Amino acid sequence: MSGKMSLAREVCSCSVTHHPSPITHHWFVAVIRLVGVEKNFGNQQVLRGVNLTIPPGKLTTVIGPSGEGKSVLLKHMIGLLQPDRGEVWVDGVEITRLRGKALNEVRKRFAMLFQGAALFDSLTVFENVAFPLREKLRLPEPDVARRVEEKLEQVGLSGMGHKYPAELSGGMKKRAGLARALVMEPEIILFDEPTTGLDPLMAKTIHDLILAMHRKFGFTAVMVSHEIPEIFSISDWVAMLKDGKIVAMAPPTEFQRSADQAVREFIAVGIEV
Amino acid sequence: MLMLTAGIERIGRTTLFLIGEMGRMLLFLLSTFAWLLRPPLRPFQILKQLHFIGFKSTFVVVLTAAFTGMVLGLQGYYTLRKYGSEAALGAAVALSIIRELGPVLASLMVTARAGSAMTAEIGIMRITEQIDALDTMAISPLQYLISPKIVAALIGVPLLVAIFDVVGIYGGYVVGVDLLGGNSGAYWNSLESAVEWKDVYGGIWKSISFGLIVSWICCYKGYYTRMSAEGLGAATTEAVVLASVLILIWDYFLTSVLL
Ligand SMILES: Nc1ncnc2c1ncn2[C@@H]1O[C@H](COP(=O)(O)OP(=O)(O)OP(=O)(O)O)[C@@H](O)[C@H]1O
Ligand SMILES: [Mg+2]
Repeated sequence: MSGKMSLAREVCSCSVTHHPSPITHHWFVAVIRLVGVEKNFGNQQVLRGVNLTIPPGKLTTVIGPSGEGKSVLLKHMIGLLQPDRGEVWVDGVEITRLRGKALNEVRKRFAMLFQGAALFDSLTVFENVAFPLREKLRLPEPDVARRVEEKLEQVGLSGMGHKYPAELSGGMKKRAGLARALVMEPEIILFDEPTTGLDPLMAKTIHDLILAMHRKFGFTAVMVSHEIPEIFSISDWVAMLKDGKIVAMAPPTEFQRSADQAVREFIAVGIEV
Repeated sequence: MLMLTAGIERIGRTTLFLIGEMGRMLLFLLSTFAWLLRPPLRPFQILKQLHFIGFKSTFVVVLTAAFTGMVLGLQGYYTLRKYGSEAALGAAVALSIIRELGPVLASLMVTARAGSAMTAEIGIMRITEQIDALDTMAISPLQYLISPKIVAALIGVPLLVAIFDVVGIYGGYVVGVDLLGGNSGAYWNSLESAVEWKDVYGGIWKSISFGLIVSWICCYKGYYTRMSAEGLGAATTEAVVLASVLILIWDYFLTSVLL
């Protein structure tokens, strides 16, 4: 739990240094903040001035049409992509222009589940999940085995540890990727569509798992998902990305009552389906 | 007039692109070496790559070497016989192989077999975001993925070249002596008196630098693969062509310095 304490400390220092006026800030302090983030690929504008504040210790879900740049948005939070304009802050550190060691220090607090799982295909499922434990935490082997087996069981993959990613179905890869993200028990986890490609029952299991882990470890979670209406019951905050901007962000109940036309249309279709 | 400016503009843009590309390639190599000097050293990764680049290339290298030596024996024997100097066959075969053909052909075979596979492997890891995943875990892909391959090539290629040399010289012997009835003693004698340590060292230097070229170019092209299946195919082709051409150009340059 020392991770949580350091998080709390840094949140405080952040609030002192970057939000000097108590009037301008909310009851929460941003753990991740995007300010006017713009990103183009060639002459395709993807992000067109995203302003987004991810509250610490909460589960925030980003929804939005396919191809709008939700994955691109997540990659900005962990410094995999640099914005053309704008700033990305993680706990009072501007990561936009960080490189090398300084960026790695920030990244150590993150884990990320990629949309395509991004498992290392030269390693077995077990080795994939064990990878960050062995490489980063340098845990002794018995501890590694215990934690990996525990996570694999939680995502419903016990007994599959010896398989290679190429031998898994899409949904199984996703769950192995989820196990790899959760196993580090980091302060911030980015989930890119954790339940896409899973059957409804398995999707519910994964949502329950994420929620349970979130309650237990209190990490800050940012999730990209198309699972409407399920996300309304598990998220603390819901944000919608549309036309390269965040058009709405609110707790689920308020979000569902939103007056924004685009939001209403988007979630209405999701609920009908 | 308009066409002229457009033409000049295109030349300018291409030149800038090439200079930029060369800069990126150099930076890629230098950062990899910088990462190489930092712990942790990954002996197991290096061994794995050595197995792939070195051991698994042994068969094609031996095959190439045997036929190269044999054809040299054949050509050499008939050419030398015209001047009545079949006795120098050993020297002719050994010098061509040790100085030139061994390093060049072995490296070209490694490029075709292991180099293309390296580009494809790294390129797929780029496309499927495995390299991004390493980055998010704060593990340097250059250190984890690239540097073991470069070290393995620096060790593996000279060893393959040594095997090539030995097999090639025996190939020449089999044809020139066993098949065509040349004198066995003369073959080894001429070889011994003609080949100097300088030739052997030269071959080793060449093979080390070729190992660097192959692994560097092939890793670079894979690392900066464009994000599509065509991009991956193009990267593999470009890597093999560029590495092969660079090997031949660098070979000429080194030979002119070493001679
Ligand atoms: N590395 C890249 N190079 C070029 N274009 C990219 C790159 N990554 C994303 N894009 C483009 O950015 C746009 C947004 O992509 P992104 O993957 O973020 O969409 P998304 O909102 O996650 O969609 P989905 O819900 O289908 O996953 C797409 O049009 C894509 O083509
Ligand atoms: Mg996406």
